[in-house]
Amino acid sequence: MSRKATIWLWRAASFAVAASFIALWQLIANLKLVSPVFLPGPDRAWASLMRGFSNGDLWSKLAGTLEHMVYGWLVASIAGIAIGAIIGSSKLMRTYVAPSLEFLRPLPVSAIIPVAIAMLGLTQAMALFVIAFGAIWPIMLATIHGFAAVEPRLYEVARSLQMSRLAVIFKIALPSASPDILAGMRLSVTVALILSVVCEILAGLDGLGHWVLLSARAFRSADLFAGVILLGITGYVTSVAMSMAEHRLLAWQAAQR
Amino acid sequence: MSDKAKALVLPLAVLLAFEAWARATHLQSDSLAPPSEIAIALAGAFADLSILAATRDTLLSAFAGLAIGTLIGLALGIAFGIFDTLNRLMEVTVEAIRPIPSIALLPIALIALGFGYRMEIVIVAFACVWPILILSRAAVRSIEPRLMEVARALRLPPAQRVWKIIIPAALPRIFVAFRLSAGIALIVAVTVEIAINPIGLGAGIMLAQQALRADLMLAYLVWIGIIGYALNIGLVVAQHRLFGRVALSGDSA
Repeated sequence: MSRKATIWLWRAASFAVAASFIALWQLIANLKLVSPVFLPGPDRAWASLMRGFSNGDLWSKLAGTLEHMVYGWLVASIAGIAIGAIIGSSKLMRTYVAPSLEFLRPLPVSAIIPVAIAMLGLTQAMALFVIAFGAIWPIMLATIHGFAAVEPRLYEVARSLQMSRLAVIFKIALPSASPDILAGMRLSVTVALILSVVCEILAGLDGLGHWVLLSARAFRSADLFAGVILLGITGYVTSVAMSMAEHRLLAWQAAQR
Repeated sequence: MSDKAKALVLPLAVLLAFEAWARATHLQSDSLAPPSEIAIALAGAFADLSILAATRDTLLSAFAGLAIGTLIGLALGIAFGIFDTLNRLMEVTVEAIRPIPSIALLPIALIALGFGYRMEIVIVAFACVWPILILSRAAVRSIEPRLMEVARALRLPPAQRVWKIIIPAALPRIFVAFRLSAGIALIVAVTVEIAINPIGLGAGIMLAQQALRADLMLAYLVWIGIIGYALNIGLVVAQHRLFGRVALSGDSA
């Protein structure tokens, strides 16, 4: 048997295992081993998912969550790379500023939510601030780290070419730090998704987080599971997309090594 | 001036400037308070033990969830690492469940378990399983093959093979996974409390916000930061003590 066929066979077997878990879930639900109030069968969850998509409810919730997540993440990426570049490219800033940032890093970012609510109220601006604040850390710290780890000889070359600081950042430091930065951005996507859900739950903003909470409050378990499944798919698709983008963007480096 | 002293310059300057600004403008705010008032509020919360009770609730939930998540993740990770067949068969299932954001399970845990420790522990455990599973699986796979040959030559039964060869050999990297998960556990616990669960530090900071006590709210924020920092430092020190330089090689994984 060829290697490719073996891989596909394993894949198929793995899907079969996953399918049998879903069948088990169906069986548990059908036999009412767990009350249907808490656990709908996959059939009911699927029906609810399809109904939500056909009448447009779930599309708008999904769009809401994606919007929060993407805007927050974009703001965090731009600000994180910019601030990280400023701090990372200066020895002075690295000794004076970077330790404070390392100190703040283990802070559970969701703890900033009450402060944001006090400042901005239960608004979209609050959600944007919280998501951006939470997602900025991995990107900013990765940028600082990436800048600090640039091959010193490249900086010497830049000095002897008398390149300006901006030119050094754009032509040497950023490309050389890009693997770190992209890895930080991938981590941040997950953070942004989680914080979007939390903000929607707390502030009642339109999105999947709000939808699953309302469904839970009304004991509509099928809708609840549909929402959770959709959030899982969102998490999966965004992380796969990020890995693919990372692979694509870093292809030149792999070729170089 | 040493590097450590230089690191302190910025935070001290910010605190002093903020204090001076708040005093000069007679700051009246629902969201900001001068550092001196924050310190007083923190001392007050310690004096009436409220913040200590909240800390106990949060850490109890976080550590219970961490313990459960670690056990499950470790058992699965070691099993997947040893039996490649099992790993390949479970791949789709694992990859389908793993990306669900832990906080999305909150409403399910809420209707199934109600408010309190249990629902929080379940969510923390779910969040902690995955890093431990992935990293311990990688750790088991990267064990020096000759060690496994030794185990075969000694005809160790499977249980002893796991206990005497695999776990000790993979332990440094497993501890790195544990350190990561401990941070995640604290974050998830606080997040669940802020979002919905009326116990612990997260609920405390939300209550302070709703009572418009900016000083107390920021005192909670500072305290949560200190706990996060202390947990991280404690685990890093433990890692160095226990495994020395070996552990560092696992950090990049």
